[in-house]
Amino acid sequence: MGDMLKRLSVFVLTLMAGAMVLGGEVMAQQYRSEPWQMGFQEPRSPSAERIFAFHDMLLVIEAAIVIFVLGIMTYIIVKFNSKANPTPSKTSHNTLLEVVWTIVPIIILVVIAVPSLKLLYFTDRTYDPELTIKVTGNQWYWTYEYPDNNDIEFDSVYVPDDELEEGQPRMLSVDSPLVLPVDTNIRILLASNDVIHNFAMPALGLKLDTTPGRANETWVSINDEGTYYGMCSELCGVNHGFMPVQIEAVSKEAFNEWLVSAEEEFGSNDSRSDEVVKFAAALGQ
Amino acid sequence: MAHDDHKPGFFKRWFMSTNHKDIGTLYIILSIIAAIIGGAMSWYIRLELMEPGIQYIDDFQFYNVLVTAHGFLMVFFVVMPAMIGGFGNWFVPLMIGAPDMAFPRLNNISFWLLAAALILLVIAGLTGGGPGTGWTVYPPLSSAEYHPGPAVDLGILSLHLAGASSILGAANFITTILNMRAPGMTIHRMPLFVWAILVTAFLLLLALPVLAGALTMLLTDRNFGTSFFIVEGGGDPLLWQHLFWFFGHPEVYIIILPAFGIISQIVSTFSKKPIFGYLGMAYAMCAIGVVGFVVWAHHMYMTGLDVDTRAYFTAATLVIAVPTGVKIFSWLATMWGGSIDFKTPMLYAFGFIWLFVVGGVTGVTLANAGMDTVFHDTYFVVAHFHYVMAIAAIFAMFGGFYYWIGKMCGRQYNEGLAKIQFWIFFIGVNVLFFPQHFSGMAGMPRRIPDYPDAYAGWNYVSSIGAFITMAGTFLFLWIAYRTVTSGEKIGANPWGEGATTLEWTVDSPAPFHTHEVLPDMTGKAPAE
Repeated sequence: MGDMLKRLSVFVLTLMAGAMVLGGEVMAQQYRSEPWQMGFQEPRSPSAERIFAFHDMLLVIEAAIVIFVLGIMTYIIVKFNSKANPTPSKTSHNTLLEVVWTIVPIIILVVIAVPSLKLLYFTDRTYDPELTIKVTGNQWYWTYEYPDNNDIEFDSVYVPDDELEEGQPRMLSVDSPLVLPVDTNIRILLASNDVIHNFAMPALGLKLDTTPGRANETWVSINDEGTYYGMCSELCGVNHGFMPVQIEAVSKEAFNEWLVSAEEEFGSNDSRSDEVVKFAAALGQ
Repeated sequence: MAHDDHKPGFFKRWFMSTNHKDIGTLYIILSIIAAIIGGAMSWYIRLELMEPGIQYIDDFQFYNVLVTAHGFLMVFFVVMPAMIGGFGNWFVPLMIGAPDMAFPRLNNISFWLLAAALILLVIAGLTGGGPGTGWTVYPPLSSAEYHPGPAVDLGILSLHLAGASSILGAANFITTILNMRAPGMTIHRMPLFVWAILVTAFLLLLALPVLAGALTMLLTDRNFGTSFFIVEGGGDPLLWQHLFWFFGHPEVYIIILPAFGIISQIVSTFSKKPIFGYLGMAYAMCAIGVVGFVVWAHHMYMTGLDVDTRAYFTAATLVIAVPTGVKIFSWLATMWGGSIDFKTPMLYAFGFIWLFVVGGVTGVTLANAGMDTVFHDTYFVVAHFHYVMAIAAIFAMFGGFYYWIGKMCGRQYNEGLAKIQFWIFFIGVNVLFFPQHFSGMAGMPRRIPDYPDAYAGWNYVSSIGAFITMAGTFLFLWIAYRTVTSGEKIGANPWGEGATTLEWTVDSPAPFHTHEVLPDMTGKAPAE
C-alpha cells in the first residue's frame, strides 16, 4: 500500500514538474514510434544523432550493393538465358577479377569500420558525469535510484490496459517514470535483482543489459524535453513484454524542483549512498 | 557390375539401416515432420501478432515456449537434418564415388539419436510450463529458480542427444570425405557441395562439444548444486553467453555452408558452366569457417563487454563480409556467359542470392557495436537472421529437393506446379520478413506476445506474408507427395550437359548399392 502511494506521488510530482515548465499549456511532447513507421524515431541525444547519421551513410552503401547485385542478376536473366545464349562459355577463371572482388569489399569495410569505431567509443560512457542514476531490473518492473540526491529510490511499474489514463499510450506507460534533466551528462549504472533485463530507449540511442552480479555503465544526454518510451529488450520471463521504460525529460530548473520534493518523499538519510559510491568505484571511475 | 541389389525387409531396412541413401531418406522425413511442427508454431505466433492486443495466446509462458521451440526445431531438427543428414548422406558418397559412408552403423546411431532428441524436445514442450527461455537458454532465466520443473532439463537432454548425433555424423563425414574419394578425385577436384559438408563437419566437431559442456554445466547448476552461472555461488551468467555463442555463431555457418554447397551445384548445372573461381569458392568456405569461431561476442554487444572488446568483435565481424562477397560474386560470374535453364532449382538459387544479399548487408549493419543500441533484440535482428540464415537455408533445401528428388526416387516433380510454388513462397517470405526491418528500426522488441499500437501496420503485413508462406509450404508438401507417388519416371541425368557430378552417372532412382566399381577421376577437371 505504501509502495503504491509512493508511486502515485512520483507520478503526480512528475506531472507537476512538467506542468510548471510548460506553463500548464499542453501535455508534454511524446517521443515514440508512429504507425507505419519505416525508419528510426527522431534522434534526441548526441549518441542517437551520431548513430543515425552513421546508419544513413551505411544504408547508402548497402543499398548500392543490393542494387548492384540485382542489376547483374537482371542482366544475366535477360542476356544469358538458354534462348538468348544457346552456347555457354567455358570461362572459369579470371585472377584479376577475383582479386578485385576481394579487395574492393575490404576497402568498403575499412570505410565503414573507421567511423563505426569512433561512434562506438563515443557512445560508450561519459567521463564527465553531472548526474548519476542507477537502474535496477526486476521481474517485471524497473527500480530507479538517484544516489547523488539523498538516495531517491522508487519503482516504475507497467500500467495495464484497463488502468490507462487519457493520453497514456498502451503497452508503454508506467506509473512513475524516470525523471531526468535535459542537456545534462547523465551516467547510468545498471544492475539486476533477478534475471537479465535490458534497459532501452530507442530515440536516445540508449540500451544496455541489466545483469545480476554485474555493474554495467552507459550514459545519455537528452536534447529535448518530453516523454520518451521504450521497452525491456532482453527476454526476461512471462511478462517480458510488459515492463516498459518511460523517461520524463524536463528542464534543469524543473528537475531541481522535482528533486526537492522527491527527496522528501523518497529520499533516505541512511548510508546507502556509500554502497553506490563503491558500485561506481568498482567500474573503475 | 551390381551383382546384388537385394533390399532387406521393411523393419530391417528402415530401423536398422546401414545404407547411406536410406538413412538420408529417414533424415529428410524427420526434417519434414519437424518443419510442419515448427512451421505451425510460427504461423500461430504470427496469428497472435497479426493485431495488437491478446487474441489467442493469453498464457505468455506458452508464447515464450512457442518462440523457444520454433527456434530449436528449425535449427536442430529441420535445417541440420535436411542439409547434412539428408542431402549430405545421400550425395556425399555418390559425388565422391564412394560405395557408402565410412561408418555405416555410426550413421544409423546418428539418426536414431536425433529421432530420440526430437521426441525429448516435444516432451519438454509439453511438461509443466515448458521451456520459455528462448533458444539461447540464458541463465538466470533458465536456472532452477526461474524455470523450476523438468521442462528445461528435458530440453537440455534433447540438445545433448542432438549434439551427440551431430558429432558422430561429423566424424563420419570427415572420415568418408578424406579417405573414400574415388581414385583421381583429389581434394581440389571435389564438388563444392562435398567441400561445404567437409567444412561444416569440422565446425560441428569443434563447436558442439562446447555446447555440450555448457549444457552439462547448466544441468548441474539446476540439479546438483553447482553454480557455474549462478551469481550467489560465485558464478557468472555471462560465462554461459560466451560458451553458448562460441557454439552458436559457428552454428549459423553450420546451417548456411551446406546451402552454399547446394546453390553452387545448382548454379553450375543450370548455367551449363563449371563453377567460376572454384578454389576461391572452396577456400572462402574455409575462411568463413575459421573466422566464424572468432566473432561470437557480436551477439553480446549489449551485455556490458568492455569497449575495446566490442571494437575487436566489430572489426572481426566485418571481415566475414569478404569471403561471403566472394561467394556471391563467384555465383554471378558462373552464371555470366552461361546458357541458363530457368528450372525450379535455378529459381530457388536466384531467390537464395537475393535473400542472402539482403540479409548480408543487414548483417554488416548489425556488426557495428556502436549502433547495436538501436538494433539489439529488435525485429530488425529477426528480419536479418531469417533472411540470411533461416529462409536462405530453406530456399537451398527446396532447391536441393527439386534438384535431386529425381535421383532419390526416380520420378520427376511437376515443373509448372513447382514454379508456382517458388513464386508463392518467394513472395510470401519477403512480405513476411521485409517489413520486420521497419518494425525493428522503429524500436519493436523481439519475443513479445503483444506490442504498442504503432507497430500494428507492419505486423499485419508480416502476418499476411506468413499465411502466403504457409500456402507455399502446403503446396510443396503436395508436390512432394505427387512426385514420389506418381511423378514421371526419369533417366540417370535429367538435367543434361550441365550436370557433371558423379551422382548423375548412376541410375535414377540411385540403386541400393552404388559405385561398386570405383569411377576413375584421374585427369578430370575440378568438380567433374
